[in-house]
Amino acid sequence: MKTPAKPSKAKSPDPKPMEWDLRLYVAGPTPKSVTAFRNLEQLCEEHLAGHYHISVIDLMKHPQLAQGDQILAVPTVVRNLPSPIRKVIGNLSNTERVLVGLDLRPRDADPFAPRKGEINV
Amino acid sequence: MKSTKSKSAMKTLQKSPTGIRGLDESTDGGLPTGRPTLICGGAGCGKTLLAMEFLVRGAAEYGEPGVFMAFEETTEELTENVASLGFDLKKLVASKKLLLDYVYVDRSEFEETGEYDLEGLFIRLGYAIDSIKAKRVVLDTIEGLFASLPNHAIVRAELRRLFRWLKEKGVTVIMTGERGEGTLTRYGLEEYVSDCVISLDHRVVDQVTTRRIRVVKYRGTTHGTNEYPFLIEKDGISIWPITSVQLEHKATGERIPTGIERLDTMLGGKGFYRGSSILLSGTAGTGKTSVAATFAEVACRRGERCLYFSFEESPSQITRNMGTIGLDLQQWLKAGLLQFQTVRPFHYGLEMHLARTIKAITEFAPSVVIIDPISGLDTSGTNLEVKAAMMRLMDFLKQKGITAMLTDLKMGGSALERTDAAISSLVDTWMVLRDLESNGERNRGLHVIKSRGMGHSNQVREFILSNGGIQLTDVYIGPSGMLTGSARVSQEARERAEHVSLNEEAERQQLALECKRAALEGQIAALRAEFSAEEATVTRIVSQDKLREASVALDKAAMGRSRQHDIVKSNGSRVRRNGVEGVRS
Repeated sequence: MKTPAKPSKAKSPDPKPMEWDLRLYVAGPTPKSVTAFRNLEQLCEEHLAGHYHISVIDLMKHPQLAQGDQILAVPTVVRNLPSPIRKVIGNLSNTERVLVGLDLRPRDADPFAPRKGEINV
Repeated sequence: MKSTKSKSAMKTLQKSPTGIRGLDESTDGGLPTGRPTLICGGAGCGKTLLAMEFLVRGAAEYGEPGVFMAFEETTEELTENVASLGFDLKKLVASKKLLLDYVYVDRSEFEETGEYDLEGLFIRLGYAIDSIKAKRVVLDTIEGLFASLPNHAIVRAELRRLFRWLKEKGVTVIMTGERGEGTLTRYGLEEYVSDCVISLDHRVVDQVTTRRIRVVKYRGTTHGTNEYPFLIEKDGISIWPITSVQLEHKATGERIPTGIERLDTMLGGKGFYRGSSILLSGTAGTGKTSVAATFAEVACRRGERCLYFSFEESPSQITRNMGTIGLDLQQWLKAGLLQFQTVRPFHYGLEMHLARTIKAITEFAPSVVIIDPISGLDTSGTNLEVKAAMMRLMDFLKQKGITAMLTDLKMGGSALERTDAAISSLVDTWMVLRDLESNGERNRGLHVIKSRGMGHSNQVREFILSNGGIQLTDVYIGPSGMLTGSARVSQEARERAEHVSLNEEAERQQLALECKRAALEGQIAALRAEFSAEEATVTRIVSQDKLREASVALDKAAMGRSRQHDIVKSNGSRVRRNGVEGVRS
């Protein structure tokens, strides 16, 4: 799961060429952790192939690390880079929400714009 | 294993003392050891402080390290906030007696997808507990989780698991919860905690707020069920369960002087009973504070401590004003024998005043307490409340054997012999200071309405404030009624003048009598002289007569001899001889 870094200095609004540093916090090899890891890896391969780096942190082994990243729920994915820090909790089963949560897909550009199915009065 | 556990729990419920004054008394020892306690209340009622004090006192006084898990404030904010209460968190953290952990969950920073649990929180808390071997844990406010995690079903399940897990760990837990609409907490935390629930309250009545605490439930132990007012002050929280005061105080026969000599004599010659309560009523400007300050001063002079509650004047004002009647209170302030407690009556509610008063008295341990004026408290509650509060205060003072002097300000025109707080039946000695208005001037009069257990004077005394202190003088009572002030002075002068002229008259008469006596004695002497002269004359005549008679007899005898007269036969010689001899001798 380690991909060689390809530093791209070009400042592009497109996040894809940037190096992604993701941390997955789990508490032991529970089914939830395994599902979460599988979902995350799959998603990264699809959207960030070659530009990501996932480290799995087992809080059972390193409980002191829970405080630093403000982890409460497990599993939690923390997007360390690019900043700002973003978090997604859960087993990452809903790909759509993970993409939004990790900012791989922008949320609604205009929060006040009418959504699909809504009638603008 | 389980059965033995429950058996030991049946024997005695172990309790962890909070170290908070009053709370341990009302919970009969503290919070249940190894179990969670819920502290609930509205915003700003002191939940966090109470929880923090539990940890700090536990760490500092009972050797039980504690973990504070904050969901609302950062550790820096917490440290700063409680520093004002004298809690040095940094020191405790450095010495590994306390661990602060700020749990930050921002809804906007994360996305929720699929299943998860709060094992991260468990691990984090477990790690914190293990790293300092904590015995006490505070979760402030764990309800924050409900706000930040949308899936409440997961949060509820995890919380239930959390409390089970904490019980297994054997730590004593306080969790705080915000009051909800009609429920103790907003998210129904009370359903997870069935052992001990404490409710805090911060109520506003007539624009005055009072903090109150109540133990809502406490399984397996007796506890005070009333609402008690509590204070948050610079040394932390203190609770004053003051409703349990009873009438069991001992009465002493010891008397203490009032500081005013004539007043002592009015009160059976010795002053007040120690431990009694004295009420001093009077309208404005009749000298209540002066009498009270004199009493305070003389107590300090005896080396006793005096606590002076003033609701109207600042300490420096009282000190200055009393300087003008020759009382140096400053020296006793410096010596630490006198302490002033000044606060405006409307600053607190009645309960809070009572709690503060009792706290101050407990801390200073005075033998004399002055409350000036007690009528200041009337504004803090209804008549009934004030009376109940006064009764409790006086019972408290009597139990401690403290002599209390309470002044009571009467409004002009209101009946003097009636107290607004209806406390006259509670006091032992009741004195009234009144204005006596006549001849275009006001003077002060003092009299004792009642004084339990001593013969006291029924006289009205005139009360005079001078540079040398307070003096009581007799009022003039004569045919023209009771006179005071300059009327008394002029009446006294008139009487003195009359007295002088009467004296002069008497002297003159006495002198005349003396003269008469002298004259009489002269007459007596003259008469006596005359008499003795007469007497002498008479004596001389008598003796001359005798001589003449004798010489006549001699002549007769001589004539007889010369005539050779015959001698009477019987005793003739003797007669003749006798006759001759008598003349010769």
